Amino acid sequence: MQKIMVCIKRVVDYNVRIRVKPDGSGVMLDGVKMSVNPFDEIALEEALRIKERGSNAEVLAVSIGVADTQQQLRTALAMGADRAILVQVDAAVEPLTAAQTFLALARKENPDLIFLGKQAIDDDANQTGQMLAALWDRPQATFASKIEIADGKAVVTREVDAGLETIEIDLPAVVTVDLRLNEPRYVKLPDIMKAKKKPLDVTTLEALGISRGQLLTTIKTEPPPQRQKGVMVKDVAELVAVLKKKGLI
Amino acid sequence: MSKILILGEHDGMTLNPATLKCVTCAKEIADSQITVALFGADTAAVAVQAAAVLGVNKVLRIDRPENAHPLAAVFAPQIVALAVDYTHVFGPSTSFGKDLTPRVAALLGVPQVSDLMAVEGAYRFRRPIYAGNALVTIEADPRRTLIATVRVASFEAAPPGGSATIELRTTGASLPTHTRYLGAKSGSTDRPDLQTAARVVSGGRALGSAENFKLLFSFADKIGAAVGASRAAVDAGYAPNEMQVGQTGKIISPEIYIAIGISGAIQHLTGIKDARTIVAINKDGEAPIFEVADVGLVGDLFQIVPELERLVG
Ligand SMILES: Cc1cc2nc3c(=O)[nH]c(=O)nc-3n(C[C@H](O)[C@H](O)[C@H](O)COP(=O)(O)OP(=O)(O)OC[C@H]3O[C@@H](n4cnc5c(N)ncnc54)[C@H](O)[C@@H]3O)c2cc1C
Ligand SMILES: Nc1ncnc2c1ncn2[C@@H]1O[C@H](COP(=O)(O)O)[C@@H](O)[C@H]1O
Repeated sequence: MQKIMVCIKRVVDYNVRIRVKPDGSGVMLDGVKMSVNPFDEIALEEALRIKERGSNAEVLAVSIGVADTQQQLRTALAMGADRAILVQVDAAVEPLTAAQTFLALARKENPDLIFLGKQAIDDDANQTGQMLAALWDRPQATFASKIEIADGKAVVTREVDAGLETIEIDLPAVVTVDLRLNEPRYVKLPDIMKAKKKPLDVTTLEALGISRGQLLTTIKTEPPPQRQKGVMVKDVAELVAVLKKKGLI
Repeated sequence: MSKILILGEHDGMTLNPATLKCVTCAKEIADSQITVALFGADTAAVAVQAAAVLGVNKVLRIDRPENAHPLAAVFAPQIVALAVDYTHVFGPSTSFGKDLTPRVAALLGVPQVSDLMAVEGAYRFRRPIYAGNALVTIEADPRRTLIATVRVASFEAAPPGGSATIELRTTGASLPTHTRYLGAKSGSTDRPDLQTAARVVSGGRALGSAENFKLLFSFADKIGAAVGASRAAVDAGYAPNEMQVGQTGKIISPEIYIAIGISGAIQHLTGIKDARTIVAINKDGEAPIFEVADVGLVGDLFQIVPELERLVG
């Protein structure tokens, strides 16, 4: 294991309750707290553990995002990534364009493994890893909750609707991670200082030969319908009476 | 006319109800012709079930030993070979569909629309973002094959009454050997399936142990309900992962959802927004779950649940 690439997306922090702009043109992002996508933190943690278990692989954090995405890449470097690359854009890219961009980076960097989150909590697309694996013509293991690496192969346990599934894939490969894979470490202050000195390169889609695809058009953004305020009951007998009246039990 | 290919989900014996929801979604597109593709080692029995779904025009059986287990890397090139005859390719928003359809889209060089929740035209759909806290209307280019997953909680199952033709198909696709299926483990039970059950009883961190979860199972059995769990309960090992409800678990739409000792984090609420009636039992009257509950009861679950079980009998 020589190199592991981890895709780190800058997203609205998962604790923020987002609001839709009154004119329906999108969600309000001004002044909102931004963080590393929670699944991507787990992806990075796994890469770091593989490195620390003795492989000593280089861990490369990559992102496509606005200039401020350097903050999230610095967080990744503080967690323990060795190096980072930001592909700077002025607006969000679609998953297919993201996958094409990561492919271009993979062709340059030749990682043995690429880790991504199973989904970004802003667009909830759940596409980029699978698309990257297809374009790279390599195996994919999505929704990973356990990863064991030996002899140029990985055995991955996947969280599927029916329970857990195990597959074996030849490396290099793409793995997208689920929440129960690990608990990401906390960043300590000295690590933040150290991270400032680690290399963070900035490049562009054009430099990588990617033309920005705008293949889908967003017509409008709306808030979801609100549920009506319900009733409070005082005891179990009243609860049962209400449910019986509604014909639910 | 829209020619829609639905990637049928099954376990070799039974067609997954998620496929019936995809059929309903596809039928909402005006003037659509619906084909269900079944990949497997032997799909004869499942094909008969798919052919009997109202609205399905044709069932394709793509039987070969390599298709015995649903591996996206193996299925995707075969789907690409079939896709030339279709304007749309739909999969369910289950772990099967989510794994598979983006791989197909990328091989075709087209984008994917995830989690269709409403059809507004053959190339215009609504879908949730930010864990369902916003809905977007998306338009795709009609000149490209449209790849999508269908948010199964948003559609009713298509009823029986169809009589589609069944066709055996082979594709010339060459299949990779870099991905191998090793096995599966499921806590399968004879309880109703969480994703299709009309009644769901769900427990959170407050249950405190796997042992205490039996309280919920006992009550659920009494009313014929499936059992779900919050992520906190799953992470703590009180319940297996396939029981998780929410943004990263299952999105469900039962007639009644009873949340017991669950605080109501947005990621959890994402999974239950489509429930007809939400009942919340929590000892904290300020818990956010009460903001969405149709019926709420403040109190200690360890007293309430046994009493509830007694009184519903
Ligand atoms: C990216 C991401 C994805 C996530 N996806 C999901 C998901 O899919 N599903 C999900 O559920 N969560 C998900 N979460 C986690 C979510 O944010 C919450 O942490 C989780 O839902 C909390 O679970 P809980 O309500 O069981 O626990 P808590 O928040 O700890 O709530 C326990 C509740 O039980 C009540 N209680 C305690 N004792 C009793 C008693 N004796 N009787 C009655 N009530 C009692 C308390 O008042 C409290 O309200 C996700 C988080 C992230 C960051
Ligand atoms: N712009 C981006 N920058 C970095 N990583 C990304 C980006 N877009 C997607 N990803 C990765 O792909 C995963 C899935 O994203 P999505 O397909 O958008 O749900 C995320 O968890 C990230 O790991």
